[in-house]
Amino acid sequence: MPIDNHTHSHASNDILAQLILVSPLVLLFVVYMLAVYISNRHKRKWPIHRPVLWTIGILSAVVTVTGPLADLAHVNFTAHMIGHVLLGMLAPLLLALAAPMTLILRTLPVTTSRRMIKVLGSKSIRVLSNPIITSLLNVGGLWLLYTTDLFVMMHEYSLIYLLVHLHIFLAGYFFTISFIYIDPIAHRTSFVFRSIVLLLALTAHSILSKYIYSHPPKGVSAVEAELGAKIMYYGGDVIEIVLVFILCQQWFKNSRPKVKELKQEVYL
Amino acid sequence: MDNKRKTFANRNLWVGILLGFGFVAFIDEAVFHQLLHWHHFYDKSTTEMGLVSDGLFHAFSFFATIGSSFMLADLHRRNAFWLKRWAAGIFLGAGTFQLYDGIIQHKLMELHQIRYGVNILPYDLVWNVLAAILIGIGILLLISKQKSFVKAEVDAHR
Repeated sequence: MPIDNHTHSHASNDILAQLILVSPLVLLFVVYMLAVYISNRHKRKWPIHRPVLWTIGILSAVVTVTGPLADLAHVNFTAHMIGHVLLGMLAPLLLALAAPMTLILRTLPVTTSRRMIKVLGSKSIRVLSNPIITSLLNVGGLWLLYTTDLFVMMHEYSLIYLLVHLHIFLAGYFFTISFIYIDPIAHRTSFVFRSIVLLLALTAHSILSKYIYSHPPKGVSAVEAELGAKIMYYGGDVIEIVLVFILCQQWFKNSRPKVKELKQEVYL
Repeated sequence: MDNKRKTFANRNLWVGILLGFGFVAFIDEAVFHQLLHWHHFYDKSTTEMGLVSDGLFHAFSFFATIGSSFMLADLHRRNAFWLKRWAAGIFLGAGTFQLYDGIIQHKLMELHQIRYGVNILPYDLVWNVLAAILIGIGILLLISKQKSFVKAEVDAHR
């Protein structure tokens, strides 16, 4: 069932919007691979799994914003939701695991790296690496998208389509890196704090999926909403389980007992 | 050292409780939702409170399972694993969650029922009695542990 009949008259705008979304992704891919090439010549070899993760991450974002899935997403809510899981959850996770900042910092000349570290320590980055802020941006943005007219407007206006997708991707990325620390991050928060905030964010995500199930966004049929909601719920679970696993694993590594503690505990 | 012993005694219990909790939630999801299709993804009668509670416990269940597994590995790494206390925790956690699910989520919040189109009373009874039995086993394990703990202390002082 078509979500809205105006879509086709905006075909040329759609192509422009797709181009605007795809080109930075292609650029990110090229810059990353170039950085791997340059830094491998001077430094210890960059682990191969990272460019692989980066490639899959970029690909999952690209298939969401262009090609058959993106076209289908305009008229089919289920396809839209698959795209949402890929662009807002899977791609950010894979890209974060590829440690792009670490790579850039070791590739750039030392003086430039230092300047960049200063930027990373700045106030605006502090705001963007706070788990509460990133959760509000991420899950709050989704609530706004699916419970207001924004969803209908997104399919009518290319500019809104563009901004919404940019937001889903960026919010997903900052959300991910505010909970798991792969790259250097200046403003670390405690494990317990991150766990509680993540728990609440995941709760809000699963509540929203069930809310969509019973309250389809405007122009979406009940059947599509039900399937889409389940994809959001279970697809989200898969990514969230990986996220929670990495978070707990990082706790496990960081709380490794010191030798002194171990000696004491043997006698328990 | 006694203080430390107490800390680890509690931690073993809590690691067990979290795991028991996650385990029951997993069984509920895998067996009753996915395999038997007794429950539904969403029930029209669900209250708003029920939706929030369901979402919170859904996220908490896999968080608890993963988190408690790493905490268990941490206990082993510190030579502080205590089987009986951990097992007591599992039974307590599993029973408590099932009781919460059976009484508060199913009955008060009407999230969903155990099964549809049947006389629900026997199902509810079995569900909640089973929960009580799990809690009972947990408490028994906890008490027996304390006895053997006191005994061990006495033995140690001889």
